[in-house]
Amino acid sequence: MEKKWEELSPDERQEVLFERWLSPKDHEGNDLKFNSPEAEKAYKERVTRFKDAIQLKKLPDRVPVLPIVGFFYTFLAGFTPEEVMYDYEKAVSAARKYVLELEPDVHMGAIGPGPGKFFDILDYKLYAWPGHGVSPDHSYQCLEKEYMKADEYDALIQDPSNFYSNIYLPRIFGALQAFTAPSLTNVLEIFGLAFNFVPYGLPPVQAAYKALMEAGDEALKWAMAMGAFNEEMAAAGFPASAVGVAKAPFDTLGDTLRGTRGIMVDIYRQPDKVLKALEVLTPLMINTGAGAAKGAGLPIVFIPLHKGADGFLSDEQFKKFYWPTLRKLMMGLIDEGCVPFCFVEGSYNTRLKVIRDVPKGKTLWSFDTTDMAKAKEMLGDVACIGGNMPIDLLAVGTPEQVKDHAKKLIDTCGKGGGYIMVNGVALDEAKPENVKAMIDATKEYGVY
Amino acid sequence: MAGNLVNALADLKEEEAIKIVKDRLNANEDPLKILGDARKGMEIVGKRFADSEYFIPDLVYSGEILKVVSELVKPKMTKEADSKKLGKIVFGTVAGDIHDIGKDIVVFMLDVNGFEVIDLGVDVPVQKFVDKIKETGAPVVGLSGFLTLAFDSMKETIETVKSAGLRDKVKIMIGGGQISEEIKKYTGADAYGKDAMAAVTLAQGWIGGK
Repeated sequence: MEKKWEELSPDERQEVLFERWLSPKDHEGNDLKFNSPEAEKAYKERVTRFKDAIQLKKLPDRVPVLPIVGFFYTFLAGFTPEEVMYDYEKAVSAARKYVLELEPDVHMGAIGPGPGKFFDILDYKLYAWPGHGVSPDHSYQCLEKEYMKADEYDALIQDPSNFYSNIYLPRIFGALQAFTAPSLTNVLEIFGLAFNFVPYGLPPVQAAYKALMEAGDEALKWAMAMGAFNEEMAAAGFPASAVGVAKAPFDTLGDTLRGTRGIMVDIYRQPDKVLKALEVLTPLMINTGAGAAKGAGLPIVFIPLHKGADGFLSDEQFKKFYWPTLRKLMMGLIDEGCVPFCFVEGSYNTRLKVIRDVPKGKTLWSFDTTDMAKAKEMLGDVACIGGNMPIDLLAVGTPEQVKDHAKKLIDTCGKGGGYIMVNGVALDEAKPENVKAMIDATKEYGVY
Repeated sequence: MAGNLVNALADLKEEEAIKIVKDRLNANEDPLKILGDARKGMEIVGKRFADSEYFIPDLVYSGEILKVVSELVKPKMTKEADSKKLGKIVFGTVAGDIHDIGKDIVVFMLDVNGFEVIDLGVDVPVQKFVDKIKETGAPVVGLSGFLTLAFDSMKETIETVKSAGLRDKVKIMIGGGQISEEIKKYTGADAYGKDAMAAVTLAQGWIGGK
């Protein structure tokens, strides 16, 4: 009899998730029908290439290539970011053009731009997006503010769900200003019970719930279009990379709750509360990442890393505030069979010694400006690494320059496997011929 | 006493700094002298940042302490501080890009190193740079950008400065996120700075003050 998920070891769970990635299902839950035997073969080779690179057990057939794309395919297809955010078919057709013409080993679907109308309905405040605070021709950008105040740590620590639903959400969604979630812990016996539900009779609260339902309709419509696209690409032989996202607890607190200035002052003025809040956020981040990964049957969980970069924190601050809960998050994901994929923006030269402390063959690290020879030397025996294809080169360089850099990277980091070709930071404005050169050069020089 | 405030600020001892300021104000000391000491403390913070002893949290926190100190001192001030600066620098994050953290760090470092920085903020329209250069006669311009869209925005800004006939009157430095030597060439800037200290060195080379 097959073992239950609870009875499996982390190793076995990882194998199960890789197996599910290798054998995709269609939207009805049946085995996916590939377009041709060749497409099926290509699909399995691509997934296996990643599996081998990540697990460090077998040498892959060649270096896998995983471009991390933002709005790149939008520009490639001649659309504006605003157009693809409001017309899901355009987003899909742009992503299709990118995958079929450039043939990366894995792709990120068409989900990057996100559903504009959904953000409209909820009046999302955390981001400015094309046509809403930034030009229709540009990518969305985060609007950093203190969405959580300096004196709200206790509220977050004591009841994070309540803090998110009743304090944070009303601040980041204009349409949810009157939102209030049921205080379920108030629900006792029969006497006085109904008082707890009075808020749901008030018109502003009802309007917030109405907005939520409308947003849900739109999210579902968008998700169906995105799912159909991933299925179409899988049938054509192109696996999707990751849908699960998690964040280092320090970044969650520092990026979108307290903001950069807020958290940096807090680590002086109220360090104990910061540490406690990070502990409270950690299991929530694990659930977010692992839940999405297991739901989609894809082991990789994307974790963009921000505020732990060289220069952002001292060594001591990194070891005290950043790394312990990031490591806990990674270990929690690994326990669930997932592969944490840390996308390290900026440089991590001074962190390599610290982040080495991860189990072998369970993690993937992509670097931006980190010294890759040093990264290979420090991490090569425990983790798969990637990255460092510079975005400036992809934006203004020539295909020859890109090819030369790709070759250099493969020579430096490819030896013995455990290397994936990734661009340093997400691709928006980049020359299509340069992105193609990055992909083609990997296929040409990266063969083992 | 005087040395204490300098050190308290430089060592990021907020409570101590506030206590010293309150004591000195109660003793009816010249508020400008107190601010002068706070400023010396900030210069040491800048130096420690440049020497990689301090990092961004330390810089941000020192700014917060200075804010508290200034709020205590300002109501007692009868005249404006006499600020003799080395030279003017027009600074901003280019059009389309709304990132401010990197820009603010560079502005901080230029300021504590004695330059008068005219900070235009983020998402600065091309024409605003041109107008400010004309208005202030600043010999140095700093363009900041985090996203790749900044490459074209910087290029356009520099071209507009050129067509306004100002290009030979200013030195232009660029920096931020993914800015590199390649992008310097692409945009037509005079130099690119890898970090805040590089910006200070560039400004010192162009304006003086080393």
